[in-house]
Amino acid sequence: MTRDITRRSMLKTTAAIGAASALPMIPFAAEAGDDIIVGGLHDLSGFIDFAGIPMNQIMLMAIEEINAAGGLLGKKLKGAVYDPQTKMPLYSQFATQLALKDKASVVMGGITSASRETIRPILHRYKTLYFYNTLYEGGVCDRNEISLGTTPAQTVEKLVPYSMGLWGKKVYTIAADYNYGQITAAWVKRYVEQNGGEVVSTDFFPLDVTNFGPTISKIQSAKPDMVMSVLVGTGHLGFYNQWAAAGMKNEIPIASTTFGAAGAELEILKPEVANGILTCYGYYPSIDSPANKEWVAKVNKRYPDKTPLLSELSAFTWEGMMIWADAVRSAGSLDRMKLIEVMESGKTYDMPSGQCAIDPLTHHAIRDVYIADLQDKTYIIKKKFSQVQPADTQLVCNLKETPNANKHYEISLE
Amino acid sequence: MDYSLVVAIELLREVAGLILIATGLAVIFGMMRVINIAHGEFMMLGGYTVVLTTKWGVNIWVAILILAPLVVGVFGILVERLIIRHLYGRIIDSLLATWGLSLFLIGFVTVAFGNTVEGVSTPFSSFSVGRYSIAIYTLFLIFAAIAFITSVYLTLRYTKSGLIARATMQNPDMVESLGINSKLVYMATFGIGAAFAGLAGGLLAPISGVVPGMGALLIGKAFITVVTGGAAVVAGTLSASAILGSVSQAVTFATGPVFGDATLLFVALILLRLLPQGITGRIFTRSV
Repeated sequence: MTRDITRRSMLKTTAAIGAASALPMIPFAAEAGDDIIVGGLHDLSGFIDFAGIPMNQIMLMAIEEINAAGGLLGKKLKGAVYDPQTKMPLYSQFATQLALKDKASVVMGGITSASRETIRPILHRYKTLYFYNTLYEGGVCDRNEISLGTTPAQTVEKLVPYSMGLWGKKVYTIAADYNYGQITAAWVKRYVEQNGGEVVSTDFFPLDVTNFGPTISKIQSAKPDMVMSVLVGTGHLGFYNQWAAAGMKNEIPIASTTFGAAGAELEILKPEVANGILTCYGYYPSIDSPANKEWVAKVNKRYPDKTPLLSELSAFTWEGMMIWADAVRSAGSLDRMKLIEVMESGKTYDMPSGQCAIDPLTHHAIRDVYIADLQDKTYIIKKKFSQVQPADTQLVCNLKETPNANKHYEISLE
Repeated sequence: MDYSLVVAIELLREVAGLILIATGLAVIFGMMRVINIAHGEFMMLGGYTVVLTTKWGVNIWVAILILAPLVVGVFGILVERLIIRHLYGRIIDSLLATWGLSLFLIGFVTVAFGNTVEGVSTPFSSFSVGRYSIAIYTLFLIFAAIAFITSVYLTLRYTKSGLIARATMQNPDMVESLGINSKLVYMATFGIGAAFAGLAGGLLAPISGVVPGMGALLIGKAFITVVTGGAAVVAGTLSASAILGSVSQAVTFATGPVFGDATLLFVALILLRLLPQGITGRIFTRSV
């Protein structure tokens, strides 16, 4: 234990570690020139890169597609892609850079609510139009942001009565212990009670919990007709494995508005663990419509290797690009307010996910949602609901009355 | 009656879980005074070994019980040769170096195998206790923890190599003068600690799912257990796991996992205030 370290051996060791950890992930920034700059802020590394990489791939695909059709206003689009690495200081740095240095016309991105609330006020302040394309807990009220992802009121409202009709009225909720989980669990309770059912218990789990033994025993003793899972993240994956290992998979069914949202659970869990879980989202790759089949084929053609996982997140990123491009064409301008006015005009867009419109009062999507049953890594769509309103955000936000709002409301159902 | 049996099994399972994740760390930290921040990533490597080799057609038990400890043990020896041996006696430097190693391993595994690989499903089925059903794998984990502790105890207490290892940790210069190469002892000890981490990761892989960041979920509890346990590897790990695991799990049953985790930290805090050297710094001081 008294061995000295020589300068050379120290240098060698640290150089080896340094060289090996410098991963080739250098963000490339576009110079503002004649091109129209489209900013992309998705986590391309870090613990949610499985969500960010497909979103970025699809955004770049949309840029190529718009350019191939002649660009916008006679100009080409150019992507300015940064990797915030799931780190909030990088998010704020890159958002500022996109607004001030790159002079981006529009910014797509932000995945977690934390990252959205980091960049949303920055882009609001610098008047740079912002599209947030991820499902989240609802409540953003900001005329500068278009939120395309589903919110709990859109998915929970449909999934709860549907699954209660299949399985019964006694529901046990297990949820992640942060605002998304808390808010969604409150919506579950509301809709279960509205449908004449009962939530026998709601258990919350910090994101780093990996052992679900006690909960599984508690669920067994409560004997619910179904379990509603709002579990989030890789720590919580353990629940599904332990549930199947305890032999519960064929005893009590599970429904979820979070399972497989970005596709990771689908990849990591074996089919014998995940089969039969009922989910509800605004997009599934198996949607049986010509628009979706064409789009899926396009994605496969563009990315024959490393085909991105298609989920709400990636599909809505493409839709965000198309809605924005349509607004630029109709307005004949890149002026932010003119684009916002076009998008607030109540237009309905035909998209791979179905029909989608922007609610002028909340800037959230009014969209079709689907319920699907997972079997062997494929979603079998059971039911479609047309034009579902973002009823949760509509409770707290009215951009006609308060056009300068710049806030994320925590929607309370107490 | 059924319920109390279920609670008892789950308490044992939590204690066993702490023993599994802490034993490797206790060997490395308790015996060598090296703070291995990459311990969680060693467990992650064990998990990946199981997931990847079973995908290539290896029998799951061979993967868990042989390949995971073997691969991570060999990797541990490499790490000891390349990094740790330069840092003995420099506790802060070794902490920083292994932290760097931990970040590197997370990044490397993410780039090499991706953030999502298909896991393995849990072997065995379940059995019923009245109206409850419990995974047989839970019992298997409890037996694995007993085997961990027993094997470390028997090795340290009754074998010549155990004696040499203990002597080297107490006084390396004296051991050297008796003709034993202490560097080899350090290397082997680190390798064995790493192998325990790999085995723990392999055992947990079927129930927790395997992702590059899984180490971070385990390392905190492992450290708290080892520090609360104190210097003696076996008695320390065993007593700390028993106290922390059963109290936190009992609270989890009564109120939920938030208070369960908080109670674990709270009990560790009180124990360390009363026994700053860990449990075995004051009690069971003559044990191994």
